[in-house]
Amino acid sequence: MATTASTAQERAAELNVLARKQRSLWGDALYRLMRNKAAVGGLIVIVTAFLVAALAPLIAPYSPIEIPQNPASQMEPLWTGSKYTDPRYLLGTDFLGRDIVSRLIYASRISMIVGFVPTAIVFGLGVTVGMTAGFFGGWLDQALMRFTDIIYAFPDFLFLLIIVASFRNSPFGKLLDGLLLIFVAIAIVGWVGVARLTRGQVLALKEREFVEAARSVGATPRRIMAKHLLPNALAPLIVTAAFAVPGAILGEATLSFLGVGIIPPTPSWGQMINEGFPLFAANPWAVLLPAICISVVMLAFTFVGDGLRDALDPRMKT
Amino acid sequence: MIPTLFFVALITFALAKAAPGSPFDRNPDKPPRQETIDRWNRFYGLDKPVHEQFILYLTNVAKFDFGISVVRQRPVSDIIGNGFPVTAQLGIQALLLALAVSLPLGVISALRQNTMVDYGSLFFATVGTTIPSFVMAIFFIYIFALGLHLFPITGWGTPQHMVMPTVILALGAAAFLARITRASMLEAIRQDYVRTARSKGLREQVVIVGHVLKNAMIPVATVVGPAAAGLITGSFIIETFFSVPGIGREYVRSILALDYPVIMATTLLYAFFIIVANLSVDLVYGMLDPRIKVAK
Amino acid sequence: MADLLEVTDLHTQFFTRDGVVRAVDGVTFQVAAGETLGIVGESGCGKSVTALSLMRLIPQPPGKIVKGSIMFDGQDILKMDDDDVRGIRGNNIAMIFQDPMTSLNPVLTISRQISEALELHLKMDKSEARKRTIELLELVNIPSAKKRVDDYPHQFSGGMRQRVMIAMALSCNPKLILADEPTTALDVTIQAQILDLLKNLAREFRTAFILITHDLGVVAGMTQRINVMYAGRIVEKADTVELFANPKMPYTWGLLRSIPRLDESRKAKLVPIEGLPPDLIAPPPGCKFEPRCQYRRDVCKEKEPELKHIPNSKSDHEARCWGTQEGGWLVDTDWKREIGDTRLLEAIKQETASVTATPETPPGA
Repeated sequence: MATTASTAQERAAELNVLARKQRSLWGDALYRLMRNKAAVGGLIVIVTAFLVAALAPLIAPYSPIEIPQNPASQMEPLWTGSKYTDPRYLLGTDFLGRDIVSRLIYASRISMIVGFVPTAIVFGLGVTVGMTAGFFGGWLDQALMRFTDIIYAFPDFLFLLIIVASFRNSPFGKLLDGLLLIFVAIAIVGWVGVARLTRGQVLALKEREFVEAARSVGATPRRIMAKHLLPNALAPLIVTAAFAVPGAILGEATLSFLGVGIIPPTPSWGQMINEGFPLFAANPWAVLLPAICISVVMLAFTFVGDGLRDALDPRMKT
Repeated sequence: MIPTLFFVALITFALAKAAPGSPFDRNPDKPPRQETIDRWNRFYGLDKPVHEQFILYLTNVAKFDFGISVVRQRPVSDIIGNGFPVTAQLGIQALLLALAVSLPLGVISALRQNTMVDYGSLFFATVGTTIPSFVMAIFFIYIFALGLHLFPITGWGTPQHMVMPTVILALGAAAFLARITRASMLEAIRQDYVRTARSKGLREQVVIVGHVLKNAMIPVATVVGPAAAGLITGSFIIETFFSVPGIGREYVRSILALDYPVIMATTLLYAFFIIVANLSVDLVYGMLDPRIKVAK
Repeated sequence: MADLLEVTDLHTQFFTRDGVVRAVDGVTFQVAAGETLGIVGESGCGKSVTALSLMRLIPQPPGKIVKGSIMFDGQDILKMDDDDVRGIRGNNIAMIFQDPMTSLNPVLTISRQISEALELHLKMDKSEARKRTIELLELVNIPSAKKRVDDYPHQFSGGMRQRVMIAMALSCNPKLILADEPTTALDVTIQAQILDLLKNLAREFRTAFILITHDLGVVAGMTQRINVMYAGRIVEKADTVELFANPKMPYTWGLLRSIPRLDESRKAKLVPIEGLPPDLIAPPPGCKFEPRCQYRRDVCKEKEPELKHIPNSKSDHEARCWGTQEGGWLVDTDWKREIGDTRLLEAIKQETASVTATPETPPGA
């Protein structure tokens, strides 16, 4: 395919004639995304965070949860030059004497998992339901709409909070240090929005000619949905997913900050803020460092999300 | 609206009931005697079957009786009555501040695209909408309270107390509104009628103010309602952080303590605001855009 | 008497990431007072850009008028300062745009939109302007003008909206009106009404018109003279009657052949112009139409012909073609019968096919 493309371009140049550009939809989007410096920077940060999370046991200097024998608690980071530093701990220690670097590294695992796993669930469930509702219409569609209206009436995070707070003392809530409950809560709150979005896309695409064409050739509804509707509805879904991940990360961080998220001693950035906050004035960096980590990761995802949206926006196509 | 509120109440109620644990076992070391628990259950009506409790609750709500807080031993209406004005004040202040900053910023940044002002406002918009409010609060406190000793960290009452919570709460809304304003202005300026206006010989200033702004502000105005609702329902983080005695802080406390009456009442209140805000969108559209008539 | 409008060697370019687009590449023409000139050509030939250049409405960042002069009423528009240009816009020269729905501001009443110019240029106060607005609306045959003057654009039908635009253009009694595809967005029956209206107004107020369109049928009944444009240049200039009776440029022949005619036999085929429009960033060195011309010869590829008077035609008939100019091989060609070298036609068709990209995916999200 590439050779025909380039020869066509050459012929066009010869004839001084305007030839249409050859790039496909996805190739074009990828090209545009790569040209967006902020998005590329964000991707690098995300990949780095991923690697740090994956390699945590290898790179963390100390254990994140063990309390050392003679704890040197509330040490400041080395570069502050204060008298409360310990050369063993680059970024200082928390109120129990645990190394902050190690805790930050292990906390990145929580963030990465919380970002991607619930998002995957949300999309798997939301897209399936939304597509079915949009395609078949009828009572399923009506029911979905009523249901989403109700969920929309709840402020997102507060619903999350209610679910988590209600069940955190139950055996289910204690699984995986509370992680499983957080997954489920995020999934419950999030799938509805995705379902609605997908439904909207399907409704718009359903009437287009290529669907009619597929139907007239005898394609089954499942085939139509999978091969025709889904690829075309994909672009806004991808952008939504790109923003859903940081949303989930933020949800967990906020829950942990309020004390109902990850169960200590497992570290998460929000959890570290929660623990360090009472001692903020005396030991600010124990709070600032995880705050910075959250900010950087959130910004990275936002840049990528924005970049994806710009890259996939057909209006910008010339 | 009523059916939606009904379901909101139902779901919240179900969740609260399904949650293990009760508000009475606050102190695991000294659990209350069983007869005390029975007495409390009778007092709060918790010994009746679940569906009866729900119906009882609904009938009381219709009479504006929201019950008694299990934890605080005071009527819920009192608690809400004390907390809500604070939250409302915080929310309104934040909204006004956000509008005052974001609208001019959005307009100017659209008119001066790709200049320092534009990049600055885009940066502000990105940071403001991305970084969570409690993280922002942390940075602010470090710089302004701990570093410069300008403002107190917690509490409410004096203007100094109000500055940081208001500013941080406004930040998110301002960033969001600035972004929308800018996008809307850019969209409006591209329209054909702007070219027509220029072709009549009008000065650029007249074109912008007389023709573009009115169109550009419509999407922004419709979004103010939901933004306000977002401020009111989202203030809980700021309130918890800065110990502001508003309804948000109460709400978080009640959820953590499983104080059902307060949870129910506040959830309904929040849901009510959100629904009203969403309805306001269409209403505002109808008022501002002559192309859309709102059926009464 | 000097002409009302004299455009000399106008060059308007757009500076894009992919290169410099030479949208108007050396255009010279005149319009006399009260005259209607037609500018005809396909999309992208530069006709709209020419009109926008006349009013200096070219958006400055990507666009720029790099050369030439536009003498209007004795003054060079390109040398005026901004305030003076604004004084002319809507006042001495007015413009009617193609799509009346998007060209009118949806949130302002048409009363406000028409009165604006009156208050600005003619210094009328609100009540005078309103009276005059109602008069103008009646002039363009909008029924119940008094009641509808406070309506919004969306409350009018397409044809009515275009009448509103016309009223707006007429409001300050301009000497010249530029009409850019005024009927393209309208139904055929409404088209006829609007064109009729324009014709009557031109006659009644002795306004000069420049009528820009891709539709030869429109210019046939409306104009006294026609400029045919291609690739940013004028390729033929003639009186309307002369142009239709005796066209002297293969592009014009192609245009006329692509129109179905009632007086043709049923068996006659429509002969479209094959090929694609030229790249305005890197146009061909010779004649711009050469790649699509089935009468072409080597000289056409090497050198660009000038716009010159041609033999066997009226004195002011000019064309830009080696073949039809003095000594050329097309001087005596009967364009209706001789379709030219059919093998060349085929070759052009093949070349086009090899260059056109096939779309890969169905319409994306």
